[in-house]
Amino acid sequence: MATLKDATAIAGIGQTAFAKHLPESEKTLACRAILAALDDAGVSPAEVDAFASYTMEETDEVEIAKAIGAGDVTFFSKAGYGGGGSCATVAHLAAAVATGQANVGVAWRSRKRGSGPRPWKNTKAQLPTPGQWTRPFGLLRPADEIGMLTRRYMHEYGATRDHLFNVALACRNRANQNPAAVMYERPLTRETYMTSRWISEPLCLFDNCLETDGALACVVVGAGRARDCRHRPVYVHSVAQGLPAQHHGMVNYWNDDPLAGPAWTAARQLWKTADLGPQDIDVAQIYDAFTPLVPLSLEGYGFCGRGEGGPFTEGGALEIGGRLPLNTGGGGLGEAYVHGFNLINEGVKQLRGVSTAQVQGASTCLVTAGEGVPTSALVLRS
Amino acid sequence: MTDSVIDYLTPVIDEDGAPFWRYAAQGELRIQACASCDELRFPPRPCCPRCQSFHSTWRRMSGRGRIWSYVLPHPPLLPGYAEQAPYNAVVVELADAPRIRLVGNVVAAADAPLNSVAPERLGIGAPVRVAFTEAGGGVTVPRWLLER
Repeated sequence: MATLKDATAIAGIGQTAFAKHLPESEKTLACRAILAALDDAGVSPAEVDAFASYTMEETDEVEIAKAIGAGDVTFFSKAGYGGGGSCATVAHLAAAVATGQANVGVAWRSRKRGSGPRPWKNTKAQLPTPGQWTRPFGLLRPADEIGMLTRRYMHEYGATRDHLFNVALACRNRANQNPAAVMYERPLTRETYMTSRWISEPLCLFDNCLETDGALACVVVGAGRARDCRHRPVYVHSVAQGLPAQHHGMVNYWNDDPLAGPAWTAARQLWKTADLGPQDIDVAQIYDAFTPLVPLSLEGYGFCGRGEGGPFTEGGALEIGGRLPLNTGGGGLGEAYVHGFNLINEGVKQLRGVSTAQVQGASTCLVTAGEGVPTSALVLRS
Repeated sequence: MTDSVIDYLTPVIDEDGAPFWRYAAQGELRIQACASCDELRFPPRPCCPRCQSFHSTWRRMSGRGRIWSYVLPHPPLLPGYAEQAPYNAVVVELADAPRIRLVGNVVAAADAPLNSVAPERLGIGAPVRVAFTEAGGGVTVPRWLLER
């Protein structure tokens, strides 16, 4: 069987500033991030012949290719389900490059929350067909939808708000080490967390990701080519997408087992095609649009048993020096919420040894995409 | 209780879901079932995931259930909902078919506001029964009343 294992590598990463509001357009930000990533790799824009993005991205490859001066493009793809598609972009490019459909691939995400639709402000396009079963009842926002699973999870397994706080704190602590993070130099205390306003009980303000403008990109090339690039190659060791049987998206309440989300499906495929298992992972970048997605993902990707995701976070396990250092750039909760693309780039930084919260000797990293929606994941290695 | 008319979102009903809302307007809670193998399925869809039959019926439920989970949304929210926040949104698992779960609201009376039951009275496992109310746009929705 043909394998993608270490056949390709991420050779370049780029990003813009992150802020509540950036003056430039999404297209401009996308171009800046992509050109920065190509420059980081030392690859000419004219060599780019593949693009991958994910849904809710409003800049398309036709415009981007034209703007940056790409050559003839022979592969392009768009993965579905918003934040669930982040790692799939790299997976698609790795497959395209490994099978000779293209040589130089670019994945990107550009996002401006200030200008985009917000589910609690925009009543138009509020009711996609599945929404008929939830929205009329005031289950309006992703926080409400995930809050419902969270309450059930806490009830079933005894997870507590302290466990969710452990996740929020680890991400914030890492953001405090990262000058590029929106939450740089803004420490979080347990008291601040516990007394913050509710968004959707049981989720409070600090259980929710940031709203951020910004763009990121990375460059995927063949492993051989990567060794001639400017930085140490970060190999794409294993990739997976996951859409479980009878899954329904954010409101996965109709599944037989709503708390076993897409992470479980992605994980089975991810580890099957890897030489590594969860015990071999040095650092993890786990999609954190909401804090409870982390314990659910820890279980799904096999770092602990079913229902043990909450206790896993205890004793500083997610901090630097802990059992599984988490979201070392600050993640969606502390660095920027750009639908998880910053987690990919942070994984690359760790394996290059240049993270602002470097895990000493890190040579393997798990990166995951949105949990609660059809998802994707990567194992990266140096 | 409802002096002002609350601006609820009305469902955009698709072909698969239409019978549910039609029965709701008649005060009946019905769930799609496969006419060939009898498997219940929700949300409604064109064919049976178990036997792939395209023949379905709509089976009447007792209307009794238990709270599977709930949230209390706080603003910012859409206007009609922000006025009532914090309110409850619940998932009810049906007593007749625990794998069938419906999103809804626990209220003091069918036409009472979404915040008409104190959150302290809600709990996972609490028994509820269905009631129906018109929620704007001519659409009747199920609501849930706590059982004594």
